[in-house]
Amino acid sequence: MTSPFRTAEGGRIDRATTLEFTFDGQTHTGHPGDTLASALLAAGRHQVATSIKLGPPRGIAAAWAEDPGGLVQIEEPFPEPMLLATTVELHDGLVAHGLPGQGRLAEISDSARYDAVHHHVDVLVVGAGPAGLAAALTAARSGARVALVDDQSEAGGSLLSGTDRLDGGPALEWVAAAVAELAGHPEVLHLQRTTAFGSYDDGFVLALERRTDHLGTAAPKHVSRQRVWRLRARSVVVATGAHERPVVFSDNDRPGTMLAGAARTFLHRYGVLPGRQAVVFTTNDSAYDAALDLHRAGVRVQAVVDARPAGSPRREECERAGIRVLSGAVVTGTQGVERITHARVAAFADGEVGAVSAIACDVLLVSGGWNPAVHLFSQARGRLRYDEALGAFLPAEELDGLSVTGAAAGVFDLAGCLTDGQRVARAALTALAVPPPGEDRLPTAPEPVAPAAPLVLWRVPDTSGAGGHTSFVDLQRDATVADIERAVGAGLRSIEHIKRYTTIGTAHDQGKTSGVLTSGITAELLGVPVQATGTTTFRPPYTPVAFAALAGRDRGRLFDPERVTSLHDWHVAAGAVFEDVGQWKRPRHYPRPGEDMEAAVLRECAAARTGVGLLDGSTLGKIDVQGPDAAVLLDRLYTNLMSSLKVGSVRYGVMCGVDGMVIDDGTVLRLAEDRFLLLTTTGGAAKVLDWMEEWAQTEWPDLRVHCTSVTEQWNTFPVVGPRSRDVIGAVFPQVDVANEAFPFMTWRDATLDGVPVRLARISFSGELAFEVYVNPWYGVAVWERLLEAGRPYGITPYGTETMHVLRAEKGYPIIGQDTDGTVTPHDLGMAWAVSKKKPDFVGKRSFARQANQDPLRKQLVGLLPVDRRTVLPEGSQIVELHADGQLPPPPVPMLGHVTSSYRSAELARPFALALVKGGRSRIGDTVHVPVDGTLVPVEVTGSVLVDPEGARRDG
Amino acid sequence: MQLIECPWCGPREEVEFHYGGQAHVPYPDHPAEVSDEEWAHYVFFRDNTKGRFAERWCHSAGCRRWFNAIRDTATYRFESVHRLDAPQPHATELARSRRSTAP
Ligand SMILES: [Zn+2]
Repeated sequence: MTSPFRTAEGGRIDRATTLEFTFDGQTHTGHPGDTLASALLAAGRHQVATSIKLGPPRGIAAAWAEDPGGLVQIEEPFPEPMLLATTVELHDGLVAHGLPGQGRLAEISDSARYDAVHHHVDVLVVGAGPAGLAAALTAARSGARVALVDDQSEAGGSLLSGTDRLDGGPALEWVAAAVAELAGHPEVLHLQRTTAFGSYDDGFVLALERRTDHLGTAAPKHVSRQRVWRLRARSVVVATGAHERPVVFSDNDRPGTMLAGAARTFLHRYGVLPGRQAVVFTTNDSAYDAALDLHRAGVRVQAVVDARPAGSPRREECERAGIRVLSGAVVTGTQGVERITHARVAAFADGEVGAVSAIACDVLLVSGGWNPAVHLFSQARGRLRYDEALGAFLPAEELDGLSVTGAAAGVFDLAGCLTDGQRVARAALTALAVPPPGEDRLPTAPEPVAPAAPLVLWRVPDTSGAGGHTSFVDLQRDATVADIERAVGAGLRSIEHIKRYTTIGTAHDQGKTSGVLTSGITAELLGVPVQATGTTTFRPPYTPVAFAALAGRDRGRLFDPERVTSLHDWHVAAGAVFEDVGQWKRPRHYPRPGEDMEAAVLRECAAARTGVGLLDGSTLGKIDVQGPDAAVLLDRLYTNLMSSLKVGSVRYGVMCGVDGMVIDDGTVLRLAEDRFLLLTTTGGAAKVLDWMEEWAQTEWPDLRVHCTSVTEQWNTFPVVGPRSRDVIGAVFPQVDVANEAFPFMTWRDATLDGVPVRLARISFSGELAFEVYVNPWYGVAVWERLLEAGRPYGITPYGTETMHVLRAEKGYPIIGQDTDGTVTPHDLGMAWAVSKKKPDFVGKRSFARQANQDPLRKQLVGLLPVDRRTVLPEGSQIVELHADGQLPPPPVPMLGHVTSSYRSAELARPFALALVKGGRSRIGDTVHVPVDGTLVPVEVTGSVLVDPEGARRDG
Repeated sequence: MQLIECPWCGPREEVEFHYGGQAHVPYPDHPAEVSDEEWAHYVFFRDNTKGRFAERWCHSAGCRRWFNAIRDTATYRFESVHRLDAPQPHATELARSRRSTAP
């Protein structure tokens, strides 16, 4: 329960409040402002987990998202795998345990809310460190619309981890004033706990805001847990700082080994000492700050081991404090069991390692230099260049609308970051033609002390005898220098190949510490410049993002819109079983108690063929085509002639692509000389409207015609069967329903209690049928009138399955089920629907192509299983036996496939439709369909199996 | 995700648009009179240009208007967009290069 490594004072934590949490079954305490990692370190615990492949302990190695080690599984408040202890904000009741690289998804569903917000700004600044704050202030002061996002819980960036001073006071006072000033600008959106994780085209940046995670069980339920910000900025300023990188040496994975900058963060931000006895190993001046700060905080700094032969001008400062500085020396390895006990140190000159001695320590701080966080720049396809002096990759070009500033651009001193942030913002404003602000003061920063040049050192030669097998490059993947050597030895040269061969950089941290190390070590092994090796591609997301957050509100019923007709509630009450047709919910059948689908469909089919049935066909696509040239457009797009259609009449039509293949079919009602109503398939409605508008706009802009979808404006109820005339006659007594007065393929306007209703004699079943069209507001009322009037005849509502059986018995194809984009009207036996009079229409020229004349094209035919029992599975292949009754040797030629297959009440046997090579010439033949391993003999027939003369339909 | 400039609506999100393939491939004036080969070229053949390319786009989830664009197929950048009733500055030049690649 104690926190022996907590400092007596300081840090950004709320010491007045104590939080209790459980890690690996042990109870610990911490404070608001802690991360799980800082609270564990305060308790003296470095080890978080064990390695995924090799098993040794692994600990906290960094202070934020670059940590390759400290993976945890959260159990409470909600199970969540693969989070970093360094990025989990502490809250009361947190229960977590360490993970050896693999987590466990929750078995209960996530009840938290996730959402997304679109936001447009002039300038987006990513990162609220000194450069980002300076840039945001300049942009805000100009009056521009600004967003500032930062992934930490509070603004300040690197200033949170140090003791910098600005305007003569603590730098964080300036940060607080800057944040307050930004809050006063109404056009500024400032988000903390918000990670910009992807940068895309045209200033599009995705950012994840963690809104309630830090509140734990106290999180209000009505607030979304995480929010994806879809930011679109005219100008993006990337001020994302830099990641410190380690130097690779033997046994560098031992807990207690940590980046030097991370130790400063734990000290200054969280009030935590990473240990009692430290060794600091560095290649550059920045780690001297860690050594001196820890010394002042009471840590015994045993030695600063500086790989540079000339050391640092800061040596004196250390020696005055009593810290030993070993210049021209390196750490070659570590000792200890679960935690480091000694750093192994040796002289280092000209790449040669001298005699090793061990220095006792419980924490080893390492700095191999800084990698600018160029991720967002690189994701936006910015080119990088390798800087020899820094040993790091920097932006190599200016991008339109995206600039990089501060440490991300290789500027590492505070004064430089402030002026660079301001400069970049002013340039961005100028590019946007926004006048930069007149009053735009920067705080005064101390004169920077020029650092001594860093040494670029990727790895210390392995003198341990382990041959590089314990020199870890990517701790999370257990990938070592030996693995890179093996990759290079196997002939790999490309850094992308080496990444995949070794898996370096593929873990949760995506190579934040290991990526550039791998480039450097690979270049050394290949003997080429690091610039030639380059980096692997930076891809979003910068840090892991939960699928739940990406899905946002688009889950469950909101995943895809559901379309229902005005009859939906009636269908539900009637016990309909629904099927999805595109986004529509359509009743498939209406089972009575005890009926399965087969029984229900046989009953519904029999009712429609012998009495009367009623279908909700409202999902049929409907397009209102108006204008003086409406008939011209239809003549050019349908294969048959539409201009000759009389007002009051209906015609079936087929549309083809320019390749002559059927794309949709349906009926056309001529409403007036200059107005048609087109009925399309349910699934083809949007496509047909697109198709018509494309031709009207791009090829024939001279045509005076407009097309409008009216699918949702009309309910359509087919009343089907020999008694349909009685039903329509009873409901619409003013309409003469006699065949002579109201023949097949005509329509009539009627009214029902003053409500306009359109009646059409259209049949998709082959039966005598009427379609009733009405405004959906009156849909239920009209439907119920039809049912009422049909009661004496046993009127039966039927669903799509019965509709399919009825139409298939008549050989009416469903475009997209019985066709597949390679089928012409002729293949469907619909030469009658192809005009010979019209000089041209879309698709006509292709009918004359040789391939379209091939007598062996697949044609639509009927199939009757000889056993009168088997329902052929749709999609089954069709084969032909040799004369001797044997199958041809493999590969067995395929004649075609079954496209529709049902049991027929009318025929009292199953039947099918199929596309068969030269099908019409095979009528009367017997072919075979393999079903469950046996060959079922089937007779090839014409496609129309019921009432081929059409006597019922026309009667 | 790109911003695409609809010549009628202004810049809008890429997801609102539909790609319509190569621009300036006119429907033959007299399809019955072209050879099978010429017809096949109209139906099936399109240029596969790397670099500047004249294309058709439709603002299908917006104003539903078709327009033409000059876009670089290697960088995805739109160079210009053109209403169908406006002059097409690059049409002639691109049409000529297309014809020269046809057999
Ligand atoms: Zn538009």
